[in-house]
Amino acid sequence: MKRLQFKWRYLYLWFVFIILYAPIVFLIVYSFSQGSTMTNFHGFTWAHYQELFADSRLIAIFLDTLLVAFLSSIIATAVGALGALGINNVTRPLTKNTLLSLNNILMVSPDVIIGASFLIFFTALKIPLGFGSVLLSHIAFSIPIVVLMVLPKIQEMSTSLLDAAADLGANNWQLLSQVVIPYIMPGIFSGFFMALTYSLDDFAVTFFVTGNGFSTLSVEIYSRARQGINLEINALSGLMFLMALVLVVGYYFINQYSSRHRRAATRGRRK
Amino acid sequence: MKKLISAIIGLLVVCGLLAFGANHLERTSGSTGAKVLNLYTWGDYIDPGLLKKFQKETGYHVNVETFDSNEAMFTKIKQGGTSYDLTVPSDYMIEKMKRAHLLLPLDKNRLTGMQNYDSRFMNLAFDRHNRYSVPYFWGTLGIIYNDKFVKPGSIQHWDDLWQTKYHDQIMLIDSARDVMGFSLASMNKSMNATDPATLLAARNKLNRLSPNVKAVVADEIKMYMIQNEAAIAVDWSGEASEMLASNSHLHYVVPSEGSNLWFDNLVIPKTAKHFKAIYAFLNFMSEPKNAAQNAEYIGYATPNAPAKALLPKSIRNDRQFYPSDETIRHLQIYKDLSPAKVGLYNDRYLEFKMNH
Amino acid sequence: MQRKQRLSRNTAYFVPYVLWIALFVIAPVILLIYQSFFNIDGQFTLANYQTYFSSNTYLMMTLNSVWYAFLITLATLLISYPTAYLLNATKHPQLWLLLIIMPTWINLLLKAYAFIGIFSQAGIANQFLSFIGIGPQQLLFTKFSFIFVAAYIQIPFMVLPIYNSISELNASYVNASRDLGATNWQTFSRVIFPLTLPGVKAGVQAVFIPSLSLFMLTRLIGGNKVITLGTAIEEHFLTTMNWGMGSTIGVVLIIAMVIIMWLTGGRKRRSGKGLTK
Repeated sequence: MKRLQFKWRYLYLWFVFIILYAPIVFLIVYSFSQGSTMTNFHGFTWAHYQELFADSRLIAIFLDTLLVAFLSSIIATAVGALGALGINNVTRPLTKNTLLSLNNILMVSPDVIIGASFLIFFTALKIPLGFGSVLLSHIAFSIPIVVLMVLPKIQEMSTSLLDAAADLGANNWQLLSQVVIPYIMPGIFSGFFMALTYSLDDFAVTFFVTGNGFSTLSVEIYSRARQGINLEINALSGLMFLMALVLVVGYYFINQYSSRHRRAATRGRRK
Repeated sequence: MKKLISAIIGLLVVCGLLAFGANHLERTSGSTGAKVLNLYTWGDYIDPGLLKKFQKETGYHVNVETFDSNEAMFTKIKQGGTSYDLTVPSDYMIEKMKRAHLLLPLDKNRLTGMQNYDSRFMNLAFDRHNRYSVPYFWGTLGIIYNDKFVKPGSIQHWDDLWQTKYHDQIMLIDSARDVMGFSLASMNKSMNATDPATLLAARNKLNRLSPNVKAVVADEIKMYMIQNEAAIAVDWSGEASEMLASNSHLHYVVPSEGSNLWFDNLVIPKTAKHFKAIYAFLNFMSEPKNAAQNAEYIGYATPNAPAKALLPKSIRNDRQFYPSDETIRHLQIYKDLSPAKVGLYNDRYLEFKMNH
Repeated sequence: MQRKQRLSRNTAYFVPYVLWIALFVIAPVILLIYQSFFNIDGQFTLANYQTYFSSNTYLMMTLNSVWYAFLITLATLLISYPTAYLLNATKHPQLWLLLIIMPTWINLLLKAYAFIGIFSQAGIANQFLSFIGIGPQQLLFTKFSFIFVAAYIQIPFMVLPIYNSISELNASYVNASRDLGATNWQTFSRVIFPLTLPGVKAGVQAVFIPSLSLFMLTRLIGGNKVITLGTAIEEHFLTTMNWGMGSTIGVVLIIAMVIIMWLTGGRKRRSGKGLTK
């Protein structure tokens, strides 16, 4: 009985994963097609990968895209997590709700509106368009999702935990670094990854606020779409995806291994 | 906590490496420095081989930045903060930019190739005496059909689209002016009509087309038609030429009763800085050999007469993409309508889309 | 009490966030509201709001958007909740979670094109349907495919917050419930689900609100058979250049969002109190 149940749950997860990965496998398969579009598979070739490595502009754009994504996610996560802590400490329900509503405005606003108003904002402040303006915008639209991811974790945190720590004489910094942050870590991680996702996926906002030669992968893909998606882009996405996969899985298992080691070591000491 | 700090430090190191790498690549490809030209154009709208040739001949490196709609380009240039030297708006947008004082007049003394352009495509209403613009490509709006599903030659006119046998078979390009435009043309009305009653009639006629409309889409039309996903599409000639190149069952028709004639012209926006490079580029692109190479790469019709003569006979004599003078006489160029009139077009069009 | 005093004395950590709200939220919103009072010829007017609330087109569009956002959220929730729940029981939940997020790092447009390939008449989905004997169907440009792809895009945004609250779930509550003789369903509906509600709520907010203004998928996958407020805004900003009307719709969307937030926010407080009691 129990074993049967286990099989069912794995079947469901497999099903979800197959659906999630189907389009990506599709993209990667076509990056090896001899044709020039994603319509019919024409036989195996490495040509699109060769084209990709010869296209130094595309590679530069790719590196820039990652740079913006990482930097903006780190900063957005820091600002957003501290913001969520702040929101949680607000006691008046009215202020709290107002802050939450303000927080969500950028999530509900369509990208075009955000992009156009940021463009007006930057030009009014005479901020030159380019890397800086794109980075600022990405930080700006990633913050709300971080708050949404971190806030439930903070709300779950029992006040007794904090009070106990405070009673033991912990100061603010200790409270934050020893108690709060470790507790809300899963929320921070989700927030970071969501911010990364938002940044990598954004087209409309980046399009409006970029300039002076700076571009990201999404903007490049959208403008190339006029002539049909180039399979070179498939190749790049495929590579990027495999790299991320190896990094994530690798990092995870190294982490597991080392923490198991450490746990074993501390247990040993305690003995 | 220690883990978090080391993760942050690790990420920052990665960022540093990325910045270094991107910077290095940009420097080696020469996109920063004094001898540059900033070209703001549609995606994939110039043969990259020509850009290399241009750099070899003149030493100017061309930085290409892309946009995907005239209006988005207009917004960027109007707001400033950028330094584009040349851009490629369509006819009505040239008029609009001119009116918004976003264009700089051409210095004719520095242009050497203007005599190459076909006189039919010069001195047009949107830019009299070509004070601001040099023709780049031109084309039409028409009907693409697949002879697997439609008898060859059976579609000649806009009205043919309304036949009940084409139920759920037609794809339309998602553009208010073009969709409303062909409805107007089918009623023998001007494609620049602004009279509310006429526009309402055009929308009512479109609503009757709804059962035949499979989807209203944009660039994807090309892919769908190549995949035999739909029998008929209404789209621009440039897109059509690429479809025909990939699927031999497709044909392109410009209805003889009238359709749209469009131009994409090179202009100098007010944000321009590198004037030597600009004129070098304009002259380079008007050389017949280069214009022909570009036309063969992009697949659009070139306004450069000696360049057209250099094209292979099969392209040059293709009536689908270089229509007869008789047909051209019936074609209409979009005028830049006042914002309120454009609004009228869009409201009627939105109503049609809601209905469909 | 002591903690509250201490933290409120030192609020420096809150400054960047408040600064962000002021610069990137309040300033653009003021700009948006300001613009919504201008018509297409640049004159000050209330006509945009009048048009919005008196025109059948816009009201229909609003209903449409809310309805589809609801369907998308529901579909996403139905797929994501069991996924998050089952993930929690696996050996390496964190790893699987990352693997759920990773597909979102591939550009949306590319994924949409891949779906077009999969759903097209000669695509894999139709080949499969033919294989199992149903025969090829028109899949693209249907409401089903639109909701399917939209839900696909949103799944990770729902799974994450739900997973976070499930992983926090204290196993002793579940065991206690079972020991007291509750059935599986009772345990789920009375204990597990209420305790994971904050995560569900965060997920619903992260999915429903952006779904109101989807625009690209409506065209690529829906063939413009589904028109949402996002489509209209897109058109007003990029085609008509009627920023006034576009801003008006934007303001309406923001007001709708604030209402949703206040409704869910109020409920949250009540249920929170109930739990601590």
